[in-house]
Amino acid sequence: MHDLDLTAHLRERVLAAAAERTALRLCGSGSKHFLGNACEGRDLDVAAHAGIVKYAPDELVLTARAGTRLADIDAALAEHEQMLGFEPPRFGEAATLGGTLATGLSGPRRASAGAARDFVLGTRVLDGRGQTLRFGGEVIKNVAGYDVSRLMVGAFGSLGIILEASLKLVPRPRAQCTLSFELDGVAALGRVRAWAQRPLPISGTAIFDGRLYVRLSGADAAVRSAASELGGSPRDEDAFWQDLREQRLAFFDDPRPLWRLSVAPASPLANLDGPQLIEWQGAQRWLKSAAEPAHIRAAASAGGGHATRFRAGSGAAIDHVFHPLPPALLALHRRLKAEFDPHGLFNRGRLHPEL
Amino acid sequence: MTQIPTHADAPLERTRRDALIAALARVLPADALLHRSADMKPYECDGLTAFRRLPLAVALPRTVAEVQAVLLVCNEHEVAVVARGAGTGLSGGALPLENGIVLGLARLNAVLEIDPLNRCARVQPGVTNLGISKAAAPYGLFYAPDPSSQIACTIGGNVAENAGGLHCLKYGLTTHNLLEVEIVTIDGERLRLGGDALDAPGYDLMALFTGSEGLLGVVVEVTVKLLPKPDSARLLLAAFASVDAAAAAVSAVMKSGIVPGGLEMMDRPAISAVEAYLACGYPTDAAAVLLCELDGVEAEVIEETARVMDILGAAGATSIRTAIEAHERAQAWSGRKAAFPALGRMAPDYYCIDGSIPRGQLPRVLHGIAELSREYDLPVANVFHAGDGNLHPIILYDTGKPGEQERTERLGTAILSLCVEAGGSVTGEHGIGVEKLDAMCTQFATPEIECFHAIKRAFDPHALLNPGKAIPTLRRCAEFGRMHVHGGKIAFADIERF
Repeated sequence: MHDLDLTAHLRERVLAAAAERTALRLCGSGSKHFLGNACEGRDLDVAAHAGIVKYAPDELVLTARAGTRLADIDAALAEHEQMLGFEPPRFGEAATLGGTLATGLSGPRRASAGAARDFVLGTRVLDGRGQTLRFGGEVIKNVAGYDVSRLMVGAFGSLGIILEASLKLVPRPRAQCTLSFELDGVAALGRVRAWAQRPLPISGTAIFDGRLYVRLSGADAAVRSAASELGGSPRDEDAFWQDLREQRLAFFDDPRPLWRLSVAPASPLANLDGPQLIEWQGAQRWLKSAAEPAHIRAAASAGGGHATRFRAGSGAAIDHVFHPLPPALLALHRRLKAEFDPHGLFNRGRLHPEL
Repeated sequence: MTQIPTHADAPLERTRRDALIAALARVLPADALLHRSADMKPYECDGLTAFRRLPLAVALPRTVAEVQAVLLVCNEHEVAVVARGAGTGLSGGALPLENGIVLGLARLNAVLEIDPLNRCARVQPGVTNLGISKAAAPYGLFYAPDPSSQIACTIGGNVAENAGGLHCLKYGLTTHNLLEVEIVTIDGERLRLGGDALDAPGYDLMALFTGSEGLLGVVVEVTVKLLPKPDSARLLLAAFASVDAAAAAVSAVMKSGIVPGGLEMMDRPAISAVEAYLACGYPTDAAAVLLCELDGVEAEVIEETARVMDILGAAGATSIRTAIEAHERAQAWSGRKAAFPALGRMAPDYYCIDGSIPRGQLPRVLHGIAELSREYDLPVANVFHAGDGNLHPIILYDTGKPGEQERTERLGTAILSLCVEAGGSVTGEHGIGVEKLDAMCTQFATPEIECFHAIKRAFDPHALLNPGKAIPTLRRCAEFGRMHVHGGKIAFADIERF
């Protein structure tokens, strides 16, 4: 991948689209095109706008252009025993930083370490008027101005093109191990809940197929003492967590639609048709189910959260891939969208049909 | 002194003012509405006491329904609303507007629910920061952000300011520790941002709202994350023969892979002031000291303490003291926490600057500050959150001496410019408020300032919520501001400031 600053080119494309009132479909590597509502428009390739602009290992901060591949970032960080704290899924070898932030996805470490948005220190954004805006910066603490950088994370490109982002990095844990236990879903949820109330170095949990997997990360002594306290035999299962993150486990190999339920961690196991895989100490639940979307959404709402139809599988098209918003909140979303993207150019409808 | 913004040039007409107060009186009990000058006096300023102003009225609702009713009245009468928690903010965010009312939320102070299973607390905005941790303590849980004013400041204000604290190096700022914020908009509508889950559908409006300084809505309920209390903690106090060596040690600790709970630095002027005030045992012959707290599982803390001691030793520490027991740690922290009052005794006045820089720039910026201090002939002490690069240079001066106030302001301006030049920010944690409106103009260009105004428009189309604060008008881009403390007299002078 060559380093290339395409800001001027992207700006021209946005201005041209604004002049012609043509909608644009923002494209990185396409690794996450499966996620979101159908979206019309001319493709605008952001992947070539790539390159690590600045990496200061001593500062634990990295700044990279949106098209930079996660694989390249991970390789650069690994040389200094550092990593992205939110363990983002790639869903494709060419996955880019821009797509990662636009979709706001986080991996198994999310419950203990934080989400994509928690690690974003600053962004450079191209808005719907073709203006380059810079928010936040490269410092850890910064409360000047509204936190627009975090607003961009998970906005699916609908507010503007993320050109560049500065991320806070974390050191790789010195030690890591995985324990597994034979437990049914309800018992496993109870176990995870009890552990979560104690200061244990847990960096990942997964419950499915009658088993509970728990990953411990941290200082050698911390991992050792926690492992002996929790029981089970510690193993190095790095590949397991990668397969989980990338949805390569056998659980995901199922033609039914894949739903993501984001709920209060202690909410009871929903009585839904289809197998579940529960992560994030109970807060993220994957469901393979052909049940009615309304039924699944009601269960997620009852659990204090929301449901996304993450992958369609063999399911039919639906109107809202993401959980619909209450009217007052939707109205606010529309007003914000109109301010950032007055001509409605960017990823029209991808996040919500009304945006 | 920096010019403070006003919402409208002419005072509100008598008849409009009377109509407003009558309308508020219809929706509030008699003891929830103040409109005589003497009664409103306690609300004339926040922690930035250099700026004072009386509002048209002060509303002190007890219920969310009353908050909604007050906002509806203000919306209808087109009167500005300044929300206020405990008034401990340091940038004038809760400074009244003369043509507006103050909406005090301190009476909404119920802890609604501690949910140990979901590790969260649902509280009203007037609950104090420390009050949350106290309510959670029986479950072995705590609320991590700990701004220095935590015994007094409210969670509603913490959300508005995105408050930090000593331990945010490891546990994050307010924005990292929220699950849900319920707000009332200027048209009286209740909106839930975030939720019980770790994320919510749509835009991350909770992130956008956090730190918005009362310009987008009024917080009426907050659900915060709670964390399990660490098993154990140890505090290292290391002395260094030069500021450079101490700064290098900060970088060395941070790149070691260890994330301390807190990593603070004090330079010689600060150490001397604290020792003269408290005699807490800091080495007065040191050019700088670092306080590094490690917390977590006991085995981890023991292992990391040993590693950090090696790192500090290799970085040239001339002495290292370890505090293990709670009372020892409290003693070692006491000097750091008393630094502001201690410095307040050294001169009739002081300015506290709040700038943020990349850690690696610490030596350069600290040298720059020392040079500027000589150039402007004013002493500057440094006591700050070194681990996350959040500086608090404190200029000691005397308003009684001709020209000194003005020189101090220019020095503060120069220090903040130095922070921005070093790739930093004009405020790490105190907020913009009215104090740093001018500094915003050096950090942001016109399109960004316009974008901020656009965001406000989306929430508050008639600009009635804390108008004129936090985001400067494009017209107003002239000079920097800073916290001004006269004669050591700051609001809540009895609470620790760090």
